[in-house]
Formats: sequence, structure tokens, C-alpha cells
Amino acid sequence: MNSPSEVTLYDEVINGFEKLANQASSDETSDLRRIRKQAFENFRQSGFPTIRNEDWKYTNLTRFLKDEYALNVPNLPVPTRLIDTARIADFDCYTIALVNGVWDKTLGSTLPQGVELLPMAEAKQDPAFAEWFTQNHNDRFFTALNTALFADGLFIRVKAAALPDKPLHIIHAYTAGTNLMVQPRHIWLVNERAELSIVESIVSEKGQTHIWVNSLTEIVMHRDAKLDHTTIQSAPANVRLVNHTTVRQKKQSLYNNYTFTLPGADLVRNDLQARLEEDHTETHLYGLYLAADRQLVDNHTLVDHQKPNCFSNELYKGVLLEQSTGVFNGKVYVHQDAQKTNAFQQNNNLVIGKKATIDSKPELEIYADDVKCSHGSTVGQFSEEALFYLRARGIGEAAAKALLINAFAFDVTEKIKHAAVETHINRLIGQHIPVTQ
Amino acid sequence: MLIIKNLHAEVEEKQILKGINLEVKAGEVHAIMGPNGSGKSSLASVLAGRESYQVTQGEVKFHGKDLLDMSPEDRAREGLFLAFQYPIEIPGVSNVNFLKTALAEIRQYRGLPPLEAKEFLKLSREKQKLVEFDAQLVNRSLNEGFSGGEKKRNEIFQLAMLEPSLAILDETDSGLDIDALRIVSQGVNKLRSKDNAFIIITHYQRLLEYIVPDFVHVLYNGRIVKSGTKDLALELEEKGYDWLKEEAREKAESI
Repeated sequence: MNSPSEVTLYDEVINGFEKLANQASSDETSDLRRIRKQAFENFRQSGFPTIRNEDWKYTNLTRFLKDEYALNVPNLPVPTRLIDTARIADFDCYTIALVNGVWDKTLGSTLPQGVELLPMAEAKQDPAFAEWFTQNHNDRFFTALNTALFADGLFIRVKAAALPDKPLHIIHAYTAGTNLMVQPRHIWLVNERAELSIVESIVSEKGQTHIWVNSLTEIVMHRDAKLDHTTIQSAPANVRLVNHTTVRQKKQSLYNNYTFTLPGADLVRNDLQARLEEDHTETHLYGLYLAADRQLVDNHTLVDHQKPNCFSNELYKGVLLEQSTGVFNGKVYVHQDAQKTNAFQQNNNLVIGKKATIDSKPELEIYADDVKCSHGSTVGQFSEEALFYLRARGIGEAAAKALLINAFAFDVTEKIKHAAVETHINRLIGQHIPVTQ
Repeated sequence: MLIIKNLHAEVEEKQILKGINLEVKAGEVHAIMGPNGSGKSSLASVLAGRESYQVTQGEVKFHGKDLLDMSPEDRAREGLFLAFQYPIEIPGVSNVNFLKTALAEIRQYRGLPPLEAKEFLKLSREKQKLVEFDAQLVNRSLNEGFSGGEKKRNEIFQLAMLEPSLAILDETDSGLDIDALRIVSQGVNKLRSKDNAFIIITHYQRLLEYIVPDFVHVLYNGRIVKSGTKDLALELEEKGYDWLKEEAREKAESI
């Protein structure tokens, strides 16, 4: 561990906790107060992760931790124009917006039928909160920090058998006058036989002000529930995004995740964990990261097969431009009890920038003997043959490369079920290519 | 249209072309034949601008301009087209999108606006019919999962769409059954005009029964060792290449 005292942000957090705890806890149960205290104690000991920690081996945070951040969310005018940039053309959906992690009802509050939504600050009294808010005594680093300090977020409950007519678009807008660290915390419950499609967009204003988002989402999928979960990360370079999502899947539930990371935020770390707690579940994790400039994009996924007859499939594709760095770590854990598991994983990378790098690490741990598991990882450059073929038809080098990048990304973008969202993402990709090397 | 003078080229420091001279005029069809490894496909690659080939000597003029000085895309924009021996599969790039992009870039180079969607569609339908290309293939990913014959027909469809002044067909007949060969040849014959020219590279005389050339050249060991009319192709069919190899050797020794 790094000596924590070297880190400004660490000091701020430690010094600021008491004050923050007092502000937040006035309406909190003694249980939650206890959990927070434990989490804070854990964070105080762990500090921020360093490259000596296996899970952070390729993701050096030192240069990001030097800045000072305020921990109190400021009161600023609603950034309506920023929120509008996240809207998706021709996407027939319900839209809500969160500003710095706080649901702003003035920007739309019509909800799909059967979907109940509460600010986390209000949901603390709900019995479901106590039931599903994770207490992990071993929590460290960012998740512990979030538990200790979170102020607000979104509590979603999809009622049993609810089949909303349209998807829900959640726009997360981050804005600040001075450097800010926010800790949004979300709990989403999808009850039995309910189905929902959620699209999240993360946006922020371009500027010199650093915004660190340390977000934690806990999703519970009850029996036969279905959730399509799309995340579009297109925040600018001054944003650091650490995003932890845990999905707990009950019997026969289906969870589809589509994570798109676009050039911008100088640090993106996504931890996506699917915990298959009951049998016959299905999980699809699709990811596309297009990194540019000096961006560091790290996707850590875990598929935890605990019970028999579950199916998981994962496809992550990366395009590394300029001097960007990509990290993919895909862990598949098959417990002894999880017979008849089908678990597939694939990670393909196109390294284009001369100074771009990728660290790709599939990690399979299998303790059951009757399973089908596969994994594959590739790193490549443009196919010279394909490039020549396109150029020989009169297509210029830059346009030919753009076509090939789109083609590479297509395997993932085609999986999106909403045509308007697919078009939106292709447009976002198009803004960043063709590129100079 | 095309004047090749004393063209020498190498790949991986191996001399492949050792002094090619050839002139192609508008309205002409030239066949280039020769045994395996004689340099036929290398000539096509050098003309199209494949980067692994190094030109070490000689020059090529295309419509009076220095062809060798141009990027592959500019050669195409100037009106040169290479029908590939092994067309590349590019999953995720639709045939239509690819052709639209290519046509738009070629038109832009010539100072023309891109075709309206409607005009493009009309042109595409017209050409599909002309070369008997399946409309369903047009909408699929570029060559992905196409049979050998479908890939070659797609090359001819692209040729029809892009309307080059000079088309080089690199062993387009290889791997084609007799029906596909007929369709491909008919397509080419329909596209022949007094304003364009074709260089047809082939190992066998078979294709030349359908596309009748004005000139036949035999390439051997990086040089054109014999030129003639279509009768030369028949002679080769009958006698094989050995007598020419012999002749070429004797000629080389006498120098």
C-alpha cells in the first residue's frame, strides 16, 4: 500500500468524514450509521488502491489523486443545456435526470407504469433498502468510500410482472465550479417477472474543473425478471469515473449489459459484477471502449457462477487510439456447485495509436467438472489487406480506417436493441474517427 | 491510356518484374497469360499500388499522369480498377455503404457532388441487373460468407458501379464454375466500350473464349516474352508454356 498520507484526497476524506457523517446521518437508522462507520474504518486502512494491488495492477491512480476535491455537492443552477446534449434523437422513452447524483424532478418525472422511483436520500426508510443495501465487512477502496460518504442516488423498484411500455433514460449530469468528488449510490430492484430497459448517459461540462465520480449501483434481479442495461460514458477529459455495478441474479432472470466508453474522461474504471445466486439465469455482457488522447479505460468484469445451469456470455471490444491505455480483466468464477455452466468470454482489441497500449487478462477459475467455458483475447492492428482493398476502390486512407473501426465495433453496437440508441452511439463513435495517429 | 515502360519491381528484395513494356489504348482488351509465378498478379498489384511492392526502375503513365506517384485511392479516383484475385471479407461494412463511400470519394475527386440516395439506388439496381448480381448480396456485409463465385461477381458489380476507364481483372476466372464464368464474362462484355480498356490476367485460355481479347501477352520470369492476337492464347492452350520458356532461355543466353 502507498503511504496514505502522501495523498491529498485521502487526507481530505479522512478529515472530512466526521463532518459529512454528521450532516448525512441525522435521518439514518443506527444500522446504516454503523455500516458507514465500518466502511469508513475500512477505507481509512486501505486508502486508495495502488498498482501493488492485483485488481489495480495496470491502473495507476497516482496522477489523479494529486488534485484536491471538495466532497460537498455544491448548489448550482440546473445545467439544462448539458442535459440536452445527452438526449438521444428519436428515442421513444421516459427521461429523468440526475445532477451530481441528485434526481432533479424539474427535468421530467413521468415514469413508466409499474416503476417506482425514489431519491436514495428518501429511500433509506424503505424496508427494501435495509434488505438489499449491501453490507460488506471486507469492502475496501472506492466501494468502502462510497458506502461511507454517499449522499444520494436513485432507488428504483419495478413492481412484479410490470412490463413498462418504453425504456427509461437516466441522464447523469455532473457539474461543479471547483474540483468535486461525488459518490452516487443506487439500488435497483426488478421484481418477479418484471421487465425493464434502462439507458444511462453520463455527461459533464468540458473544463478545467476536475470531477471525480465514484458511483455504486446495486441491482437485484428477482425470479424471471429481465433487465436491459445500457451505459453510455461520454464525459469530457476533466472527469474521472469509477463505476461499480453489482448484479445479483435470482432464478431464471436475464440481465443484459451494454457498456460504451467513448473518448473523453481521462480515467474510466468500470467494475461490473454479475453474481448468479440461483440456477438457470442468463447474463450477457457487451462492452465497447473507444479510447483516445491519454485516456485510461479499465473494464473489470466478474461473472460469478454459484449455481447450476446458468449461461453467461461476454464480448468486449476495444479500439485504442493515440496515446490511450486500455485494460480488460474478465474473471469467470465457476463454483463447485455450478454444474452445467455455460460461460463464454471474448475480448478483442484494435490498437491503432503508435503509443496506445492494452492489457487484456482473462481469468477463469473453474471448480465444477461438467461445464462449458471458453475465453479468447486478441490484440491486433488494421488489416493491411482490408485497408488496401478499400483504398483500391477510391476510399481515402482516413475514411477507410473509419470504416474499419466501425466494422470492428459493429459486433457490439449491433447488439443494442433500440435502433435510436444504436444510431446515437454510432454517431458518437463517428465524432472521434477518422483520426490521426 | 496506359503506358508502361521498362517496369522493374521487387517484393521483399526479390526481383519480380524485370522490365515490362506495355501500351493499352482506349477500347482495347489485353490478356496477360503466363505460367504460375511469372509475375502476372504482381504486375496487377504494382499498378494498383500495393505497398509491399517496390518499383525499382521504369515508369507508368496513366492518362498522361505518373501513376506510380499516386496513392492507391488516387489511382482508383483517376479511373483504375483492380478486380482482386482474392476479394477481402470485411464483416460490419455493408456492401451498399462501401460502394456509396467509394463512389462519393471518386466523384468528389472529380469535382462532382455525391449522388442523391434515389439516384444511387437507381444506378445500383441498373448495374445489379446488368451483371446479374443478387440484390440480397448488395445489402450484406462486404463479401462476408460469400461463395468464391459470389465474391468474383461482386468485383464485377463494383466495376460496373464505379465505371473505371481501365479495369484489371486479376485471375477473375480462378475458382469459377462454368455458369459463374459465363455471368462474369457477360458482365464484362456489356461494360466494354470504345472509351474504356481491360487488362485480363489469366492462367487459362478458357475465359478468353468468352471475353475475346484484342491482344495476348505472355509473361514469363518478369518479362513479356511474346505478344500476339487471340490466336496466341489458342496456341498456348494447345502447346502449354514450355516451348516459350525454352525460347526465352535461348534468347537470354544469346544476349
